[in-house]
Amino acid sequence: MANTLAAATRRVLGSRRRGRGAAEVAGAVDAGDAALVADLVEAIGDDRVRADTAARYLASRDASIYREGNAGPVCYPGSTSDVAACVKVAIRHGRAVSPRGAGTGLAGGAAPLGQPVVLSMTRMDKLLEVDLDNGVAWVQPGMVNLDLSRALAPHGVHYAPDPSSQAVCTIGGNLANNSGGPHCLAYGVTSAHVVAVEVVLSDGSVVTLGDVTAEPAGYDLRGAFVGSEGMCGIATAVAVRLTRNPPAVCTMLLCFEDVSDAAATVSAIIAAGIVPAAIEMMDQRCVRAIEDFAQAGYPEDAAAVLLVEVDGPSGGVAIASERVDGIARRNQAISVRIAADEDERARLWKGRKSAFGAVANVMPDYYLHDTVVPRTRLVEVLERIYEIVDRHDLLVLNVFHAGDGNLHPILAYDSRVPGTDERVQAAGREIIEMSLDMGGALTGEHGIGVEKREYMNRMFTEVDLDQQSRLRASFDPYCRMNPGKVLPSAHSCSDIGALRAADAAGVWG
Amino acid sequence: MADFDEALAAFAAEVGPDGPVCVRGGGTRWHLGGEAAPGTREVQAPAGVVAFEPAEMTVRVRAGTPVAELHAELTTAGQRTALPERAGGTVGGALMAGESSIARLGLGSVREALLQARYVCADGRIASAGAATVKNVSGFDLCRLLVGSLGTLGLVGEALLRTVPVGETERWVRLAGAEAGAVRSCHTAASVLWDGTDVWTLLSGYEVDVDEDRGRLAALCDCEDVDGPPELPPHRWACTPAEAAAFDARNGAAGPFVAEIGVGVVHASEPQPSRSVEPGVVELNRRFKERFDPTGRLNPGRDPLRKP
Ligand SMILES: Cc1cc2nc3c(=O)[nH]c(=O)nc-3n(C[C@H](O)[C@H](O)[C@H](O)COP(=O)(O)OP(=O)(O)OC[C@H]3O[C@@H](n4cnc5c(N)ncnc54)[C@H](O)[C@@H]3O)c2cc1C
Repeated sequence: MANTLAAATRRVLGSRRRGRGAAEVAGAVDAGDAALVADLVEAIGDDRVRADTAARYLASRDASIYREGNAGPVCYPGSTSDVAACVKVAIRHGRAVSPRGAGTGLAGGAAPLGQPVVLSMTRMDKLLEVDLDNGVAWVQPGMVNLDLSRALAPHGVHYAPDPSSQAVCTIGGNLANNSGGPHCLAYGVTSAHVVAVEVVLSDGSVVTLGDVTAEPAGYDLRGAFVGSEGMCGIATAVAVRLTRNPPAVCTMLLCFEDVSDAAATVSAIIAAGIVPAAIEMMDQRCVRAIEDFAQAGYPEDAAAVLLVEVDGPSGGVAIASERVDGIARRNQAISVRIAADEDERARLWKGRKSAFGAVANVMPDYYLHDTVVPRTRLVEVLERIYEIVDRHDLLVLNVFHAGDGNLHPILAYDSRVPGTDERVQAAGREIIEMSLDMGGALTGEHGIGVEKREYMNRMFTEVDLDQQSRLRASFDPYCRMNPGKVLPSAHSCSDIGALRAADAAGVWG
Repeated sequence: MADFDEALAAFAAEVGPDGPVCVRGGGTRWHLGGEAAPGTREVQAPAGVVAFEPAEMTVRVRAGTPVAELHAELTTAGQRTALPERAGGTVGGALMAGESSIARLGLGSVREALLQARYVCADGRIASAGAATVKNVSGFDLCRLLVGSLGTLGLVGEALLRTVPVGETERWVRLAGAEAGAVRSCHTAASVLWDGTDVWTLLSGYEVDVDEDRGRLAALCDCEDVDGPPELPPHRWACTPAEAAAFDARNGAAGPFVAEIGVGVVHASEPQPSRSVEPGVVELNRRFKERFDPTGRLNPGRDPLRKP
């Protein structure tokens, strides 16, 4: 088992610098594809299909470090019927279909395996309807998360899930990954905010899962579809829940001399029965990187800072923020800063939201992990992470959703230094295994994709995984949608049939 | 991976690998989605709170535990779950029925409450879905699928539930002849019920905020403190929030009613006329049942499509 894990990780890490020559991609277009492309063009128009090297290269990867994706023709559907038409053409040609949004996924979910027809959903980016009476908005899946929030602002409502990538990522990608964000601590992740979804299934039929009523009839297919990483069908319209803007907000920056004090403060806040809208933690190395990059006004001498936001009616916000302040001071906070106005609040958040950009300035390469641990064990877990990383002689920056125990240790490194990839891979594996040993989970928001596929056996039994594959097969008995992801190879063997023979060796070998 | 739990193992042994079987909880929603087919063997899920972690805001509980008993324990730490309390109703029953409490605006819906489930599959083996953390996207979301499935896909033996803090102050208020929308705009309103004439609301939160909302409502209309919600008619209709807010004489067939404003559930005196479900959804429901329970042994006779 250890060997399989190492091999899987090595495959992910080892491939990144290799890059793919243009010739290799071009060479993949064969006569079979010419007929496929002609049929796709016939189905949705020549301005909506591309089979050139550049388009396919871009559609072959996401923001993860996985570099072995291989896209077939890329379609840019403009409507649900375009999507259905593309799926039907793919069926006729015996090809799989992989949907993609903005390609910001961090687990390789949007990296197509086996030259499937790729459906890039970015042209379906309209806000279809704002239905205030029912508290929902219908949006197309290619709409960018932040554009939706902006469009809703005049109504005094917002869409609560706010991934750090919200300026680029799409609602369809959010739905497929069941994405989170800082404010999901109090408001819940994407699944809690998707009311209904129109889906094109793997046979090309269109069906609406869930509805706007309080309790839709039948199984919660909407819930089963959310988080399915493109493997159960393609979302073509989404009804999202509208959240009323809170009457009052208080944003606080708590600074500590010791990381453990910060972690203890997080646990104490939750234990006190306070559920802030957000509790984000950044350690010193991360704060310094942020300050170099975005000048958010974080103190660089603190070992760790917590960005805490409480919201709701004003009386309670005043009480809760005072309690948070008290808890922080009892846990040796060296300073507590409360944003005086909207400007200061925006600046504090800008620091947090630019953390990943900032990290890129530290080292040429970074590997962002995403695991979850019980939030009562943060002190212990952070000590273990530093210990693991030190032992492997690596650099780690921590910036994460501390309130719900969702860790994001970022290993920053330079892969040109011989032996570094191996150390990064070993440390990453230890962090994942340590998180599971603490009673945690493989991923809190980035998904399994290809990155953690071979770790699924570490968290779930054969029976558990068999149940998960039944869910997938109920939606997609043909294993035609985004094959090869999430389930470890033994459980998705029928996927192999959907992959092209030439590619299958590369994927599964 | 699942820790060994004797109670769960015993439950799985009782369910066994074949033969029609159904689980009896408190029997409070026994008829939901159809009657158990004749000759079906009845089993009971194990009971008892396994571990309550107030600082984690989760509780691990066996499915046969009455919700009221669970809540009595959670209240000692100022917490509860989103599950509705019905006389005798169990955790497993509440999850499988999937019906939210009347305080859904404040507590959230039952479908978000389940973080991890250990259940007996159709072949008698024990499976685990979800994770023991408040956040998790590791693989397909079987927990959401299980909630509301009426025990037709798997028989839940143990659940890890999210808990929520109970408001520092909670008070029910009745407003004579009030406009429901105005009450809904109160941020502390955890429940807004409307019978076509009067509005009842549960204000929940910090005392200052509850008092302020109470004052705001008093300025709008006649408002009196009451012990609890009105009596709810027996039948549950699933409507859109907009339909619930406009529920009226057009629905004469419903009889006297109490509508949950902002949610869409209407408690009516007569059953809801059967809802039309699109054929594609019916087909998917069929496929799920077939894949998870090929021989149809789990809770035969019940079908979530026939809810409510
Ligand atoms: C700097 C940075 C910060 C990030 N911060 C966060 C964060 O705070 N929280 C978080 O959760 N994630 C975060 N992410 C990860 C990523 O942004 C999210 O997973 C996001 O939801 C992906 O959206 P996308 O549009 O880019 O989807 P893609 O990456 O294009 O696709 C993601 C998955 O969705 C599927 N998919 C896309 N569209 C559809 C559709 N219409 N129907 C069905 N399946 C579809 C794809 O097949 C793929 O499996 C971050 C990423 C980066 C690079």
